[in-house]
Amino acid sequence: MKRILSTIAVAIWALSAGMAQAAEELFIYNWTEYTPPELVAKFEAETGIKVTVDTYDSNETLLAKLQAGATGYDLVVPSQNFVPIFVSEGLIQKVNVSGMSNFKNIEERWRNPAWDPQQEYSSPWQWGTTSFSYNSENYSGKGESLKEFFEPNEEASGRVSAFQTPDEVVNLANIYLGLPFCSEDPREMKKVQDLLVAQKQHIVAYNSETMSDMLASGEAVITNHWSGFSRLGRLTGAPIVYAYPKEGVVGWYDSLVVPTSAKNVDNARKFMDFMMDPVNMAMLTVNQGYGDSIIGSSAYYTEELKSAPEVNPPADVPVVFATTCSPKAQSLIDKVWTKVMQ
Amino acid sequence: MSDQLTRPSSKRKILPVGHYRGLGLWNAAFLIFLYMPIAVLIFYSFNDNRMVMIWSGFSIDWYIKAFNNVAIQDAVLNSLIVAFFATVISTAIATIGALVLARGGNFRGKTMSLGLITLPLMVPEIVTAVAMLIFFAAIGINWGLGNVIIAHVTFCIPFAFMPIRARLEGMDTSMEQASRDLYASEWETFRYITVPLLMPGIIAGAMLAFVISMDDFIITLMVSGAGSTTLPVYIYSMIRRGLTPEINAVSTLLLLFSITIVTAYWIVSNKTRTETVH
Amino acid sequence: MSSWLPTNPSSRRWLGLAPTYLVIGIFMLIPMIIMGTYSFMEANPYGGVKPVFSTAAYLQLAWEYDLDGTLVFNPGYLKIIWRSIGLSTMATVICLIFGFPVAYYITLQPENRRNFYIYLITIPFWTNLLIRTFAWIIILGRNGVIELPLLSLGIIDKSLRMMYSDGAIAIGLTYSYLPLMVLPIYASLEKLDFRLLEAASDLYSSRLEIMTKIVIPLSKPGIIAGCILVFIPCLGAFIAPNLLGGGKKLMLGSLVQFQFASARNWPFGSALSMLMLAVVVMALIFYARGAKKRAAGAES
Repeated sequence: MKRILSTIAVAIWALSAGMAQAAEELFIYNWTEYTPPELVAKFEAETGIKVTVDTYDSNETLLAKLQAGATGYDLVVPSQNFVPIFVSEGLIQKVNVSGMSNFKNIEERWRNPAWDPQQEYSSPWQWGTTSFSYNSENYSGKGESLKEFFEPNEEASGRVSAFQTPDEVVNLANIYLGLPFCSEDPREMKKVQDLLVAQKQHIVAYNSETMSDMLASGEAVITNHWSGFSRLGRLTGAPIVYAYPKEGVVGWYDSLVVPTSAKNVDNARKFMDFMMDPVNMAMLTVNQGYGDSIIGSSAYYTEELKSAPEVNPPADVPVVFATTCSPKAQSLIDKVWTKVMQ
Repeated sequence: MSDQLTRPSSKRKILPVGHYRGLGLWNAAFLIFLYMPIAVLIFYSFNDNRMVMIWSGFSIDWYIKAFNNVAIQDAVLNSLIVAFFATVISTAIATIGALVLARGGNFRGKTMSLGLITLPLMVPEIVTAVAMLIFFAAIGINWGLGNVIIAHVTFCIPFAFMPIRARLEGMDTSMEQASRDLYASEWETFRYITVPLLMPGIIAGAMLAFVISMDDFIITLMVSGAGSTTLPVYIYSMIRRGLTPEINAVSTLLLLFSITIVTAYWIVSNKTRTETVH
Repeated sequence: MSSWLPTNPSSRRWLGLAPTYLVIGIFMLIPMIIMGTYSFMEANPYGGVKPVFSTAAYLQLAWEYDLDGTLVFNPGYLKIIWRSIGLSTMATVICLIFGFPVAYYITLQPENRRNFYIYLITIPFWTNLLIRTFAWIIILGRNGVIELPLLSLGIIDKSLRMMYSDGAIAIGLTYSYLPLMVLPIYASLEKLDFRLLEAASDLYSSRLEIMTKIVIPLSKPGIIAGCILVFIPCLGAFIAPNLLGGGKKLMLGSLVQFQFASARNWPFGSALSMLMLAVVVMALIFYARGAKKRAAGAES
């Protein structure tokens, strides 16, 4: 027994040791299927750096892991409203993105964004929007207003699906009600709560996974949706239309940042610079179908992507980017959501 | 085994003692319930459509994709390594623990020991996950896959323990006593009498441990370090991009793999059993 | 071979339990104690805790601050806890009703076939839980595997709406945890001495009596183990309630998850976990008391 145990111990040791050996490495921690292998291969070929990609499922998981002290990652990809949290918690480090050679390629409107005003921490990855989609065969509405989603008519009642987590739903509700994001005023949040509680009687499911499937099968006619994800659903042939309601849609912007505990900071910076090259960024965007903020990348898009409505919001629809909520505002959101879910 | 001789043959026309009408039918219904989703899963792995749930045509493209997807393969390999070590170690620990707790008579600290061994069962996974993550970070253990294996061993112990203890409780000790009376050493008695008698419990325990380890998501997600993504972690985080039949294809292949192993083991163990009987 | 083993029974006991204490003590108990400590601390707004003593997390379980700052009773969380206990109990009972006859049937089979059945039961669980749950969406969903044939044969003319209901959750939970019920029951039934059954039959016991007075009492350790193994993960489950139930009513598992993720209130999440632990411990004590009473009753 002793011998078996010691053999096992040695094996575990060897396994873990073997993993931490190599000359030039880069450990990327990203959402799954968000890092195209061909992009990684190109980077490896150009630099000789070996890239390992691990995956997580949400900003919250990433925050919890870094917060609790997980180490070994050189690049992570949080959304814009999480970047200030990572900064204030001391979880990511300054890497002087604005001093990188390809920094000039970032579109003017995305340069020095609100969540990283000096662009010290973050470099672009992808951006997209959150709104709702509908099945154009089963539903006669045109997705012109958020009313169709929050206060559905007879036709859609009982066949509406909303996301399972509150952040984006509450933001959309704020847009619909003309309230600011991250409100700290309980009376304003009471309005949001009333709206969501009333919406609940029309809801078939709270779902953040199978929206396209629900639309295609007819289980739902209106679902909360993300732009690029909705496009993928449409490309399978289902009559899924991504709505741009006149009140506006919620925007999100994911960027590359370097954790404080990163061991290969130089390699991480190389990768950030690499991603600001239009050819490389276009590879990512074509693969993902969201949107990017690099000048000249669209020249390398496919024709389909260039004209995809999901990726190109109409000019008259405001795209409102989610901001980082104060603890007080966050706790009001949680309160509202718990009430809705009782 | 003595009960073997008196176990009534199921072939008899009159329903023997202990048999009940409809049991076979019930069992068949149970198996259908168990395998229907698996059949659906396999069927839809041949779906041409990117959306798993909407059937549009036959295709084996997803298998080709799965074979070329290095990330999935790494994840599967990590899962198998973790599950293997977690099963072996936790079953060994649970077996010794169960022997002490079921055979050691009443002793001070027995209830406490029982409580401790079943503790991982009583704590919601998410809590275990966060607690372990904080703990690993605090003591600075960062062994990559080693962290995951330690965590899995910990929460697999009670799953392995329960069936083994259930088997041990009230298990006839006369054979072991006879063996000792016949001057077999303690080890020989353990090796040739206790372990074979206990085997169904150990196998059930090991299988539970394996299944639990292969399925675990939250704890793994939290304790894993760079380079140790397992299959469930991979699948769960795929959600944002939508599940494709590729995952069905991988699951089908994994199923095929496990069926092969299990069948091989079954044939071998059956052979050795018949050999020892005759 | 066994010369290195100590002969003193007490030392041997503790030697046998040492690995358990080592592994679970270090990697489970200590983290749990940390967790318990966290539940008495203040929440750090962005995850983690502030090392300041506070009972706010426990207060939050049943009270909340009203808009004007007064503390009022809030049954919201208690409702969620109660619902989770109810649904977990239901799933456990279904698993038992469904699983016990199967475990018993397997015991009646010749030995080699018994192992084969055990493998048959385990194999589906080599696939991922999420994938298995998704398969149920295809089966139960609109125009799914069940509905489509019925629709095309004209037996039904509109959707049965099986998905996103409590029934769908029950099916999902049952399916997820069924082997955790069957395997322990089988492990304890397997050693059942069938001569007892024959003896009882010879003494004119009916089949029902044989089942209720011999088989079930003798398989009790397995039944208890199975119920515990099913009940507890059900209590914390969130995949089936979210995917099959449509997540319209929050369950305890999702609530805890929510505290550590979106809400980032670790102390409250810890407090909820402590409460969950208390529910489980109470159930166990309840069982232990009953077992003692029965044992005492059997002796007199």
